[in-house]
Amino acid sequence: MIQHLTSLPVLLPMLAAVILLMPPCGKSIVIRRTASVVLSVITFLASLALLLKVQVDGTQIYAIGDWSAPFGIVLVADPLSTLLACLTALLGIVCVLYATAGDDEKGRFFHPLVHFLILGVNGAFLTGDAFNLFVFFEVLLISSYSLLMHGGDKNNTRASLHYVIMNLVGSAVFLIALGVLYGVLGTLNMADMAQKVALLQGDDVYLAKIGGLLLLVVFALKGALLPLHLWLPNTYATAMPIVAALFAIMTKVGVYSMMRVYTLIFGDEAGELSHIAQSWLWWLALATIAMGTVGIIASKDLRKLAANLVIVSVGTLVALVAVQSVEASSAAIYYLVHSTLVTAALFILADLIGRQRGEIADRITAGPGVSQPRLLGICFLIAGIAVIGMPPLSGFIGKVWLLKATLNAEYTFVFWPLYLLASLAILIGVSKAGSTVFWHHQGKVTESVGQERVHPAQLVALIILISASPLMSIFAGPLSEYAIGAATQLHDFNYNIKVILSGGQ
Amino acid sequence: MEILYASCVGLLVSCGVFLILRSRTFPVVLGLTMLSYAVNLFLFSSGRLSLNKAAVLGTGTEYADPLPQAFVLTAIVIGFAMTAFVVILAIRGRADLGNDHVDGELSDKDNKAKV
Repeated sequence: MIQHLTSLPVLLPMLAAVILLMPPCGKSIVIRRTASVVLSVITFLASLALLLKVQVDGTQIYAIGDWSAPFGIVLVADPLSTLLACLTALLGIVCVLYATAGDDEKGRFFHPLVHFLILGVNGAFLTGDAFNLFVFFEVLLISSYSLLMHGGDKNNTRASLHYVIMNLVGSAVFLIALGVLYGVLGTLNMADMAQKVALLQGDDVYLAKIGGLLLLVVFALKGALLPLHLWLPNTYATAMPIVAALFAIMTKVGVYSMMRVYTLIFGDEAGELSHIAQSWLWWLALATIAMGTVGIIASKDLRKLAANLVIVSVGTLVALVAVQSVEASSAAIYYLVHSTLVTAALFILADLIGRQRGEIADRITAGPGVSQPRLLGICFLIAGIAVIGMPPLSGFIGKVWLLKATLNAEYTFVFWPLYLLASLAILIGVSKAGSTVFWHHQGKVTESVGQERVHPAQLVALIILISASPLMSIFAGPLSEYAIGAATQLHDFNYNIKVILSGGQ
Repeated sequence: MEILYASCVGLLVSCGVFLILRSRTFPVVLGLTMLSYAVNLFLFSSGRLSLNKAAVLGTGTEYADPLPQAFVLTAIVIGFAMTAFVVILAIRGRADLGNDHVDGELSDKDNKAKV
């Protein structure tokens, strides 16, 4: 059992989804909800157990079907991938719990789809094989297509259509990139690819470069990097907010894949091909931050605001990936966890505020006040402080760390002013939204609307997400040590190659 | 053989890209299908094109690379499922939005034609 632990974060969600489709769960919504919550907690515990095991025993390699690398597909559980698997599972619990308050009644397959999505995301984090990465991308995409349509209206259909077509083109580009890389390297195991990239000669170098940069296009699309970010605000703003909260992790899958591919395969040791994407990533990241900031100022409702905050966080993360140093990567890991949880919390808050304000929903205009101003106001304040990056919450720690990490980067004199101005704009945007929604009252709350209160399940989900930021600053010491450890290993080329190709310690 | 193969893939890709850029959903779906055919052919060729190589071990001295074939098989299955999904989505879009435009709105030209 214990040697199969590495595969559990991938297998358990699949099992959970299948169980949820079976008769007792399929018929009764009460059983389905209970089973879904229990199964998502089990997935989280398994991911946590794997994290602890990786901490004690070092990186775990799981050869699927006992076909060892580079011939078979391997799952690689290192500190970074297990941390992200835990994060996904935690978001899964929150999402399932929140949906039990009523969102899951809009369609019968909400719960199985959430578990399939977790399967795809966890698989993408854990896999050590580029083609397998494609397969897990497709698994998470097809679940996301269906979740996006869940309980949707007209605008939602239009946004889904764009999202699906964009991603299908993205998948085609992904396959072409993999075909090119396989053609020149003869392998798609990431560690093996990393070894062979340095040995390329002649025209093969250019082919591999084409393949590597086509991958950048795909990851930029998934991660919503400029100029391929246009799908994100509409998609996230028209999806059910709880689904959007879960999607907060999906853009991070793109960023994570960039981290893997451009530090391991096209990193320091890749000879002529080292750092092929760096200059692209850096400038695209800066442009993404700028565009996201403009979006934040222009946002008309809270969900759009949160969606644009996702774009800014992606831009920030990609800038850190482009710096390619251990310090930048460790700051990126800390910031990634922080931004995922905080943006998810903001999507949930937007939903709760919208429900309590009746017809004007979550639009940022004066309107009837919410019926639970204290609870929602305090939660919004905490989430706002965290996302702006003011002391004492985790956003501030992340911001200071990432500014310090980029101090010696080549174009710091562009990044620092841009990022600090973006922070100022976020401060203005979020505080304007908060003060309009909570303080500018106009008209009265109709009774039927004003009665709506936060459901206990929603409250628990909200508290889990809101408390994450204070906890991340209280436990910043151990967390940052963990992040530094994970980043050190991410950049340790020889160690990764040795461990992955020899099948574990 | 290489030239024929490469021009086939190129032709399919260019037709696919052209159709994807159209404004109505049906050509876009067709374009996506063509693009996925092109991708499948391309993936297949990543193991090098060759004639008369054995596909099964033990039946010849030279073997064809089995991995691209596995890739293509996976890509076909996934592409098929995705095409089915996008077709259904396009039909739903036609029903929800009242027309078959990708943006859900008739262009000015169509509006004039209607009047």
